[in-house]
Amino acid sequence: MSENYENMEFFAPGHGMCAGCAAPIIVRWILKLAGPNTIVTNATGCLEVVTTAYPRTSWRVPWLHIAFENAAAAAAGVEAATRAKGEKLNIIAFGGDGGTVDIGFQALSGMVERGHNVLYILYDNEAYMNTGIQRSGATPWGAWTTTSKVGNANPIGKMRPKKPIAKILAAHDIPYAATANPAFFQDFKKKVKKALSIEGPKFLHVLSSCTTGWRHDPSKTIEILRLATDTGLFPLYEIENGDFENMRITYKPKKFKPVEEYLKMQGRFRHLFKNPEYVKKLQRDVDEWWAKYGKYYCP
Amino acid sequence: MKVMIRGNESIAYAFKLARVQVVPAYPITPSTLVPEKISEFIANGEMKAEFVPVESEHSALSAAIGASAKGVRVGTATASQGLALMHEILFIASGMRLPIVMGIGNRALSAPINIWCDHQDMMSQRDAGWMQFYAESNQEGLDLGVMAFKIAEDERVLLPAMVGIDAFVLTHTVEPVELPEQKEVDDFLGEFVPHYVTLDPEKPATLGSFGFPEHYMEFKYGQWIAMERAKKVIDEVFSKFEEKFGRKYAKVTPEFTEDADILLVTMGSMTSTTREFVKRMRENGKKVGLVKLTVFRPFPKEELKEILKNAKVVAVLERNISFGFGGAVYAEISSALSSLKEKPKIVDFIIGLGGRDITFKSLEAALRIAERAMKEEVDEINWIDVNKEAVLKAEGLL
Repeated sequence: MSENYENMEFFAPGHGMCAGCAAPIIVRWILKLAGPNTIVTNATGCLEVVTTAYPRTSWRVPWLHIAFENAAAAAAGVEAATRAKGEKLNIIAFGGDGGTVDIGFQALSGMVERGHNVLYILYDNEAYMNTGIQRSGATPWGAWTTTSKVGNANPIGKMRPKKPIAKILAAHDIPYAATANPAFFQDFKKKVKKALSIEGPKFLHVLSSCTTGWRHDPSKTIEILRLATDTGLFPLYEIENGDFENMRITYKPKKFKPVEEYLKMQGRFRHLFKNPEYVKKLQRDVDEWWAKYGKYYCP
Repeated sequence: MKVMIRGNESIAYAFKLARVQVVPAYPITPSTLVPEKISEFIANGEMKAEFVPVESEHSALSAAIGASAKGVRVGTATASQGLALMHEILFIASGMRLPIVMGIGNRALSAPINIWCDHQDMMSQRDAGWMQFYAESNQEGLDLGVMAFKIAEDERVLLPAMVGIDAFVLTHTVEPVELPEQKEVDDFLGEFVPHYVTLDPEKPATLGSFGFPEHYMEFKYGQWIAMERAKKVIDEVFSKFEEKFGRKYAKVTPEFTEDADILLVTMGSMTSTTREFVKRMRENGKKVGLVKLTVFRPFPKEELKEILKNAKVVAVLERNISFGFGGAVYAEISSALSSLKEKPKIVDFIIGLGGRDITFKSLEAALRIAERAMKEEVDEINWIDVNKEAVLKAEGLL
């Protein structure tokens, strides 16, 4: 970690990610922070599909994709082989929310339980975006998706809350589990560097906006992501060794913005404004979370 | 050195002798003893390998691919439901041309759940692009296990391989096995060199990329060619093995076939029973022969055609069923012989599913039908040792 590769590019331009997608920002910077001594495994999803159209690739580090639900198991195998060869490398697995909190959850849980020296990055755009915006376990309450449609009989969209995946991973008592947001860049960088410096399984839950799925202006990516945290909806925290008593909230806005500022910038929440109770419910959820956990703020 | 070991131990010893570097595995009856034995070898310091005790068979093969892509020799083992759970990943291992070797404790598929022997598990993965070997004995399990690495890793092949050992009949049965010396196996296999692109930070490569219609078929054609080339490589490796270790292997082994009217085709452990049966029939003056099929993928069409062509009846004994057609081996043998001008009558026998014993009585029943087939029309697909009456009653047909 002594060398600095921030001026080098390991994620080449020319990929097919949408304008305004946050995922390439996240990936590009994680690779800069990890440097060339890195192997990546990638779950099936947008990131994999649009960066590796044979015979082209955007990856300037060794990269392996097997299937949707097994980026963690693939990383475990790579890591076991590096141990067998006596090599010391950063092994990083990238998965979207579907590949991480739903179909890939078992492989992820198993990988961290076995203690592989792997950094797992969830880039969470809160739905199955690669297949066309279907709800996942990470889709928040009240979001419209193509499988949580809004109509007369269901004015809300997704009726279940988001799976608290970082807490679930932290509950495996792994050395490091944290949430991060590329709009809070210094916090994001610090967490990636910290995770890379720790031996053992690490999990980073990074919020990643999707212009087509969230229905937002592609020029507003960072603004919207910033609002996710400034409204308190996506808190930034870290938990080490499963020690929830000493979890650290790494950022707290001086003054919380009302959730509607975040919601109104995205088409997926448009229907919620038809009934003031819906927005109030989300504001209440946020207020409750901070009333309960706010004491862990520790800059 | 002669040792008394179970079939699962044959696979574990094959991995140890091949100096496998990573073994990701998940327990399943009847192959659990393979990872147990590996764990024991490692714990005792007899084997230097990374054992990855994964949380599912799906992850076992995923981790195997990860390790193989990193450029180490990889082995794993499973059976039945576990192999079925790997189904998706089997195609990816072969599509990525990674020479992983997997021991299979051939076991029936659910439902009803059943832990005993048949070949349905491996037969159902016929089209996954893996080479398939079936062992008759624990010695064959070990020998084929070692040879599978040499064949799979050959740069003309680069395909994964499965070695099937029959559930319980082999997996849990102690047999005397000639255990080769480590040095001999080292000489035979040579040091592991991955003849494929690996995950190497010095030479970054993208493995498992997205293939559009303009490229996809070329990858598949490459696999086809590799499987075709494997036929010759298998023969070469079998003969090198015989030179070094003195044990002879063939994709198809004919016994008592020269003047035989009826040839019984077998796979796996049923071959031993059938051999004794054939010997007895010969003593009774019946012109019966045995054809043992060791390699099912690539399918040894040419050899089978040559060996079977002069028989009057080919009786295919098989522990699998493709519902709506018949046995898978029957289908392939029929196809292999289709170009013969004068061809034997081919009759299929579904036998020994879910661990039902294959006895002389079973074989006599099959032989009677085969003998009738020399003179008259018989059913194409024949179920042996089944209480047909009970089933037909239950189905409302009696």
